[in-house]
Amino acid sequence: MDSIIQRIDKGQFWKFHGGIHPPEQKFITADQPIRTLPLPNELILPLQQHIGQAGKVIVNIGDSVLKGQPLTHSDHPMAVPIHAPTSGKVTQIKPSVIAHPSGLEELCLFLEPDGEDKWCTRNICTDFTTLSNEQLIEKIANAGISGMGGAGFPTHIKVNNSAEIEYLIINAAECEPYITADDLLIREQSPTIIDGINILHKIVSPKVVLIGIEDNKPKAIQALKNATKNIEYIKVCVIPTKYPSGGEKQLIQILTGKEIPSGSLPSSQGVVMQNIATCYAIADAVINDVPLIKRVTTVTGLGLNKPQNVWALLGTPVGFLLKNCEYHTQDTKQVIMGGPMMGFSLPSDRVPVVKITNCILAPSEKEISTKDEEIECIRCGQCADVCPAQLLPQELQWSAKAKDHDQLNKLNLFDCIECGACAYVCPSHIPLVHYYRIGKSEIREQKQLELKAEKAKVRFEARKARLERDKKAREEKQRLASEARKARMNSGTTEANNEKSAVAAALARVKAKKQQTPTNDDNATEAKSSQANPQIAAAIARAKAKKLAAKKEAEQTEVSATKNIEETTTPDVESTPEATDKPKDKKAQVAAAVAKAKAKKLAAKKEAEQTEVSATKNIEETTTPDVESTPEATDKPKDKKAQVAAAIARAKAKKLAAKKEAEQTEVSATKNIEETTTPDVESTPEATDKPKDKKAQVAAAVAKAKAKKLAAKKEAETAKARESQSENIEETTTPEVKSTTEVTDKPKDKKALVAAAVAKAKAKKLAAKKEVEQAKTQESQPENAEETITPEVKSTTEVADKPKDKKALVAAAVAKAKAKKLAAKKEAEQAKAPEPVPESVKDIASSIDDNQTSVHVVESSVQKKENQSDIKNSSHSGNTIKSLDEEVEQKENVKEDDKKSKIAAAVAKARAKKKEEKSAPITIEEDKKNRIAAAVAKAKAKKQQRSELN
Amino acid sequence: MAFWIAISPHNHIQKTTSALMRLVIYATIPGILAQWYFFGWGNLIHIFLATTTALVAEFFVLSLREKKIPQQIFDGSAVLTAVLLGVSLPALAPWWISVIGAAFAVVIVKQLYGGLGHNPFNPAMAGYVMLLISFPVQMTSWQPPLELMAHNLDFVNTLTMIFSGFTSEGFSLEQLKTHVDGYTMATPLDTVKTNLTLGLTISESMNNTVIGDHFGIGWEWINAAFFAGGIFLIYKKAIDWVTPFVFLFSLFVFTFISFMLSPDTSSSTMFHWLNGACMLGAFFILTDPVSGATSTKGRIVFAALAAFLVFIIRQYGGYPDAVAFSVLLCNMCAPLIDQYTRPRTYGHSESKGEGNA
Repeated sequence: MDSIIQRIDKGQFWKFHGGIHPPEQKFITADQPIRTLPLPNELILPLQQHIGQAGKVIVNIGDSVLKGQPLTHSDHPMAVPIHAPTSGKVTQIKPSVIAHPSGLEELCLFLEPDGEDKWCTRNICTDFTTLSNEQLIEKIANAGISGMGGAGFPTHIKVNNSAEIEYLIINAAECEPYITADDLLIREQSPTIIDGINILHKIVSPKVVLIGIEDNKPKAIQALKNATKNIEYIKVCVIPTKYPSGGEKQLIQILTGKEIPSGSLPSSQGVVMQNIATCYAIADAVINDVPLIKRVTTVTGLGLNKPQNVWALLGTPVGFLLKNCEYHTQDTKQVIMGGPMMGFSLPSDRVPVVKITNCILAPSEKEISTKDEEIECIRCGQCADVCPAQLLPQELQWSAKAKDHDQLNKLNLFDCIECGACAYVCPSHIPLVHYYRIGKSEIREQKQLELKAEKAKVRFEARKARLERDKKAREEKQRLASEARKARMNSGTTEANNEKSAVAAALARVKAKKQQTPTNDDNATEAKSSQANPQIAAAIARAKAKKLAAKKEAEQTEVSATKNIEETTTPDVESTPEATDKPKDKKAQVAAAVAKAKAKKLAAKKEAEQTEVSATKNIEETTTPDVESTPEATDKPKDKKAQVAAAIARAKAKKLAAKKEAEQTEVSATKNIEETTTPDVESTPEATDKPKDKKAQVAAAVAKAKAKKLAAKKEAETAKARESQSENIEETTTPEVKSTTEVTDKPKDKKALVAAAVAKAKAKKLAAKKEVEQAKTQESQPENAEETITPEVKSTTEVADKPKDKKALVAAAVAKAKAKKLAAKKEAEQAKAPEPVPESVKDIASSIDDNQTSVHVVESSVQKKENQSDIKNSSHSGNTIKSLDEEVEQKENVKEDDKKSKIAAAVAKARAKKKEEKSAPITIEEDKKNRIAAAVAKAKAKKQQRSELN
Repeated sequence: MAFWIAISPHNHIQKTTSALMRLVIYATIPGILAQWYFFGWGNLIHIFLATTTALVAEFFVLSLREKKIPQQIFDGSAVLTAVLLGVSLPALAPWWISVIGAAFAVVIVKQLYGGLGHNPFNPAMAGYVMLLISFPVQMTSWQPPLELMAHNLDFVNTLTMIFSGFTSEGFSLEQLKTHVDGYTMATPLDTVKTNLTLGLTISESMNNTVIGDHFGIGWEWINAAFFAGGIFLIYKKAIDWVTPFVFLFSLFVFTFISFMLSPDTSSSTMFHWLNGACMLGAFFILTDPVSGATSTKGRIVFAALAAFLVFIIRQYGGYPDAVAFSVLLCNMCAPLIDQYTRPRTYGHSESKGEGNA
């Protein structure tokens, strides 16, 4: 620091890069004293005349104000008040054009002077040294003082700095051409200025105060030297004239050799700079309690007859100043506020003088041309030579025109001080500063947008994270719950079993619902022609086949079915996957029916042609002259086996088509069938009948009805009841029979047990139903049923059989199937019609006497199957639309013939399949009934497991 | 009262680009006069041809590009290009040489790249190199100084020579180039190069007639005149002094080192300075702002590189002179040089300024 002061004492200074020497033109006004103008008619006071915040207006329109009275107030540190420059009346407060390059309008306070120029009360302070720094700063702030050099930064902020200051630099350089305001002020008011400097010195307490002044103001320099010759710490530094040495950074560099790092304030380098006019204002404010209400303004230019410096009240319209200086030019009228280098042209003469207005320039056309034609840059580089910031203006210009903001930032656009030196020297007359201003504002705007976008992104990601968190929490919760459920279900308790079956039942219901409607429709149409049973059967088969044809999985199933047909076709026995017939006569018919069904099914397929061929072949092989076999033809009703076969075929097809998993089950079932096929026995995957006795048929029907009833149940109570039944069953069963997932039977007569077990399982599935009422009804009905059956039969709400005869088993199986089927149905009406059923059950019971068959449970069912009561009377309900009617019809036939029972069973089974895709086949053959039943049960169990897994 | 709105700064140095161009053209006058004095009317005729062609071509392209024709056609850039090209051509080259060269320089090298301020190469030198490569015979048939010529070469003879290939008296260029003693004369640079390949030393070559007492009859004065013009430009601040100074100084360093190492095969610095297009290149070509480097540091690198290339090509290359090639090669490097020689911005530390570059 000492060396710096030594250098200054020797008059040696540093240089800043670049700089220009535009024509000074200061002679125009330099020789005339500062003139005081009369009061204008109107003062226009913009509320904000500095950088920072505007204050709030504290006067109202119509108020009379005194000279020096504050008009605005704010607690914001960056706000300074404005004061009434003279006494008068506030006439209006409205937006008006202000001193801004864009001709912006801002809120202004209009004051009409009363001509009295009456001061408000003032507190003259004769000795500022008695005041504390805080008091001084407060006085400065209340006086509304902001930097008067050009930027308008609030002075009290600038001086209230905690950093240690080495240099207080007073800027008197006044490097802009034309302007002499500071020059004149120094010459006329140097004692006051020195007071101001002393006040600042007291506040800032620098090591030294440097007054930087260009050497083109000799009188002012002399005045300053005279005023400061006794003050040790103030040094008047006369610097060479060069534009823009009055720039803050440039003056600091000239005087101290220090560079202010980009983006930091001079105070970080121990430097504070104040304009010399500000020093005068500070002294006036502190000592005389005169707020900033007037300033020296140079009104100059060759467009004026009397260019001069004036004491202009803040708020004086420019037009008033021009008039007083006799604006005369006939050229294109251009008036500039500020100097020719950094000033801006005014849009109108209504613009008022503000705190930073140091010059009003009204040039003639000769001085400053308004006709500048920009041509291409030739990269001469003169701009870079004169740039005080050592930028590359020419490259900046390319990038600014190309809107390459990244490159502009790289080239340090924001270090541009907009001094205009580059544009001044540009031989191509490119308004470089203009391009930089545009570039700067674009980048600022871009940054604002980026800031916004960044905020939005943060918000969005926070939200995403939150949603993700919630989702995980939810999944975790679900996982735990499902684990708990599984654990419970696998615990082997009865409750667990109930849950499983409930799940299975729910699944079954869903499936059944899917198929129910179309099935019913089909059945309805078919039922009309129900008198010819075989025909009906065939028709049904056809319809079914069509339905199934749409299924995708059917292909495989069909193929296997076809194979089975081919394999099992012998002269004596027809063994299809679904049916095996004993009689030779009927074989042909049966085969035909089966084939027909198949054919139809296949016909819908793409490969249908081939399949048809094979089917047709089979038909041809097995047909007899008596039988018409066409895909659509029905068989003559002479032989009921054909019907049976057809029904079975239909059922099979449905079953196969519906399920993927079913294949395996079916295969096993089919195997059983094949193994057990004898001339006397019909074995189907699902049902095997011994059609000798009609009671079996009856039993089947009853069982079916019962199942329907059960299907409606959903209550847990019911389920429990079932469990208890199964327990009973278990007690009575023998170890020979293996269990299903749900039931293990130890029956003496295993068939019956098996059947019962199966039925029970089904019932459980069905347990998902909702109507409580139905359940109650069902309960009461079974009681009736129980009464009518033999003591040997255990009747539960569902089914418990102890049949001597296997027919009972069959019936049970059928019942099970039915139950499944019915499980899907919901109509409450059906629940209302249980009464006929018990009657029929009684009848059945009576008919059972002949036979070993025992049976059933009963319930009226939920469906139109009340018609089951017709079974006894062998009168079919042709009116009912449901396919159940068909069954009934078929059952009638069965009564008359041994095989009717078979048919009934088959039909029942078929229906079950149709509606309940999950129903597993049960095959009962005389010898192997137990085995089969077990197998079936197993298959079921598997199925259920799978469905659970799924 | 409403006022005219303008943007700051409001005053201006009142210089214009066209004025700058005119100043450069004026500065070539001493050199052209020296050429006229020592080599006759040939270059003046070529300057005229090239200027006319350039203006026509400029008008043509500007009208195609729908630009402001009167303003841009007389901005001086096309004329300056044509003058520099005309100065560079062999004085007795056929007329179509200057026409093709000027048209190529204006249309291809300048306007097709975007016109004034956008051409990466110096148009005059690019045109010259194109001609040199395309028409090597015409472009290397340099006329000897008038004082050495056996035949009178007045304006009419020159004119007919340029337009028909023969003087009005029926002499061909080859005959004109023949010394009274019966051997063909070439430029001093060419002579030295040829003699070197013949096994002669530099000092022996210096005895050649075309070189005369100093460094080449005529050429030394032409270069001196261009030097004077360049000094004028520097005085008028039309060009920066850095580029020519660094160029000449670098050439001095290279040739001096070379001369010290191998005096028999290396020409002296003064020989290099005062022959060929050395001074023209230093003050009028390399200082072309459009195709040169912009920062002072960049100009130093740019000029030193040009000097090095001139020296290398003259000393080891296949061409006797090398300014045009060197300038083009340096033009290619200029953007790169600019990229890495950006000045440190005020308030930025040195390392950061470099990093940004």
